[in-house]
Amino acid sequence: MVDLINLVQTLTSPHPLDRYLELVRPTLTAREMRAEIVHVDRSVPGSVTLTLRPTRQWKGHAAGQYVQIGVVINGVRHARCYSPVGPAGRGRHLQLTVKAHPDGLVSQYLYRNAEPGMVVDLEPAAGVFRLPDPRPERVLLISGGSGITPVLSMLRTLADEDYPGDVVFLHYAKSPEVVPHRAELDAIAERHKNFRIELRHPWRADTTRVDPTAPWVDVAPAKTSGYFDYDELERVAPWFADAHTYVCGPQSLMAAVRKIFEAEQLDDRLHTEEFTLSLAPVDADEAFGTVRFSASGVAADNNGAPLLEQAESAGLTPEYGCRMGICFSCTAVRRTGCTRNLRTGETDSDPDQPIQLCINAPVGDVDIDI
Amino acid sequence: MTILTETKDGPLVLSPDQIEELGKALDELRAKTVADLGDRDREYLYSIIKAQRGFEVAGRGLMYLGFLPPVWLAAVAALSVSKILDNMEIGHNVMHGQYDWMREPGLNSRVFEWDTVCPADQWKHSHNYLHHTYTNIHNKDRDIGYSILRMDESQSWNVLRLGQPLYAFALMMLFEWGVMGHDLEVENVLSGKRKWSDVKRLLRGQLRKAGKQALKDYLVFPALTGPLFFSTLAGNVTANLVRNVWAYSIIFCGHFPTGVQTFTEEETADETRGEWYIRQMLGSANISGSRLFHIMSGNLSHQIEHHLFPDIPAARYPEIAPEVRALCEKYGLPYNTGPLGKQIGSVWWKICKLALPPSLVKSESSPGVIVMRQRKASEVGV
Ligand code: FES
Repeated sequence: MVDLINLVQTLTSPHPLDRYLELVRPTLTAREMRAEIVHVDRSVPGSVTLTLRPTRQWKGHAAGQYVQIGVVINGVRHARCYSPVGPAGRGRHLQLTVKAHPDGLVSQYLYRNAEPGMVVDLEPAAGVFRLPDPRPERVLLISGGSGITPVLSMLRTLADEDYPGDVVFLHYAKSPEVVPHRAELDAIAERHKNFRIELRHPWRADTTRVDPTAPWVDVAPAKTSGYFDYDELERVAPWFADAHTYVCGPQSLMAAVRKIFEAEQLDDRLHTEEFTLSLAPVDADEAFGTVRFSASGVAADNNGAPLLEQAESAGLTPEYGCRMGICFSCTAVRRTGCTRNLRTGETDSDPDQPIQLCINAPVGDVDIDI
Repeated sequence: MTILTETKDGPLVLSPDQIEELGKALDELRAKTVADLGDRDREYLYSIIKAQRGFEVAGRGLMYLGFLPPVWLAAVAALSVSKILDNMEIGHNVMHGQYDWMREPGLNSRVFEWDTVCPADQWKHSHNYLHHTYTNIHNKDRDIGYSILRMDESQSWNVLRLGQPLYAFALMMLFEWGVMGHDLEVENVLSGKRKWSDVKRLLRGQLRKAGKQALKDYLVFPALTGPLFFSTLAGNVTANLVRNVWAYSIIFCGHFPTGVQTFTEEETADETRGEWYIRQMLGSANISGSRLFHIMSGNLSHQIEHHLFPDIPAARYPEIAPEVRALCEKYGLPYNTGPLGKQIGSVWWKICKLALPPSLVKSESSPGVIVMRQRKASEVGV
């Protein structure tokens, strides 16, 4: 197959075959993976659930992994990572639940504009936050807010497999209404008696059961401390020391869980995934943080100078030409972190973006692939 | 020697303050345009790409009926248009980084390749870096005559220059190969200034790229038309030739018509941003024409705007041209433009004239703006 593509690309040279095919239909690609949105569900306030049909290159995902999707907003292609919420496998469809973050460019865009027929870029599933094979004997899943997506995929995978061990799923949400996929949770709770699902709404005043009809425990606990503590852990999963625990959610939740597991010396059984938002630091002019030139394994303190100069004073010899932002010889990929364009003053922190080193300065920690 | 850009009080002199002011105005124009980039620019580029791919497919397809002379002509025309669009409005502009802001992996200056024998990375070095940074500075911008031609009076004359119109004609016909060889800096290799290892690396890249191009145009596509092999081969050769002649003509009009200035290394040392802008304006020339003409020239017909803002999408140049022109008028600077016939005529006239020994040719009044650089009058081009 690949050989055939290479052969055809002799004819389309110097342009890849996909650059022709995508003009016919965006999902008609030989090499690049895309996905078409086939269904959009906005029934849960503040989030949208997309059902995607990937092109044939899709190899499926393991429960807990994430995928990167790309969309064009005002002419610019933006990519973000989301965890599929469906059970693992290489089914024909893929489900993503996207919470519309107030400052989230892509999530807001999808929340407002996603509709069936829209085509997005799709990267293969990745990430080490995943259920191991064979499955552990007991599984504890903890999530908060939009961190529900990877653990929900784990929960649904275990349910699909008729997993015989103990499972506890503990999720924190602002209110019952904003918990996505409640129907799935219903079904799982009813069908699998060894699965225990508990929803917490720490911000609600009353301590009674919020949804008495739900087949799971759905309460606003009588605590103002908010999140998670040892008592809670003991209560929902007294066997937690024998389990593998998977946590995904906001920093505060992760920190609370980590503290307890470290104290119990169980951190090797704890698996976490952080949900980081790539937002520009407020004060872009101050020089702080570390600049890492990851391809050469060199790191240096950020001194506020353009990246090209910082690389050179760190002993590297990156390619360059004009040193004034016109020739693009110095372009390199910013893996992570935020940089400021010295000509326009604009900051940008999207991962894996090519930038001109001579006219961009790091803002805080930055990783450049040179 | 008389200076062309004269005011009633004598030659035009720009003060450091004026230069600074002009620089600021251009920076603002740039910022305004950059802030406005968006869907419209993306859609424009994709519409050009669609048209180009359409012409290409049509051209390749029509070659199967190449035994009918009018169809063969149509095939050649379609393929020529495709190659011109690919090289000029798409390739040249994308490789300048004009569309990098779209973050479209396939249209990023780092990875884009164009339908010509010159490898993109080598072209970006000789063009984006050397030519655009050191525009029209003698001994730095190798585009002044491409080390084959004498395009400026201050370049020395020798008897070999007599053949210059012929060399220029040959360069026009073989333009893509000339562009490919440009980054080798052959004269520097001959004089020993350039390391053999550098050259070897470049040659390897050229061989790979040119090989692919030749394989496709001169072997595989002709072979695919079976008995029409030679008809298709001739068609492909012709399309490449048409593209060469067109690209050469547009590009030569960018810096060589009468009225453009050249500079020396000393006078341009330690330039301010404003001075850099002025050099770009004085060293470039536009071609006037219709919208279609601008598209077919990759908007290099707006060479002045292109040199001021090489990384702004070229399709924006027609929109900002009136503002640039107004700024030129405000400061009394020349804005060199004219229809294709006039500009190309003046280029060929210069090629022929400068082929002759200086003693035979009457030295014409040179264009010149006296730019007060670092508080010193530098008599640019005078
Ligand atoms: S060195 Fe020319 S753009 Fe950075």
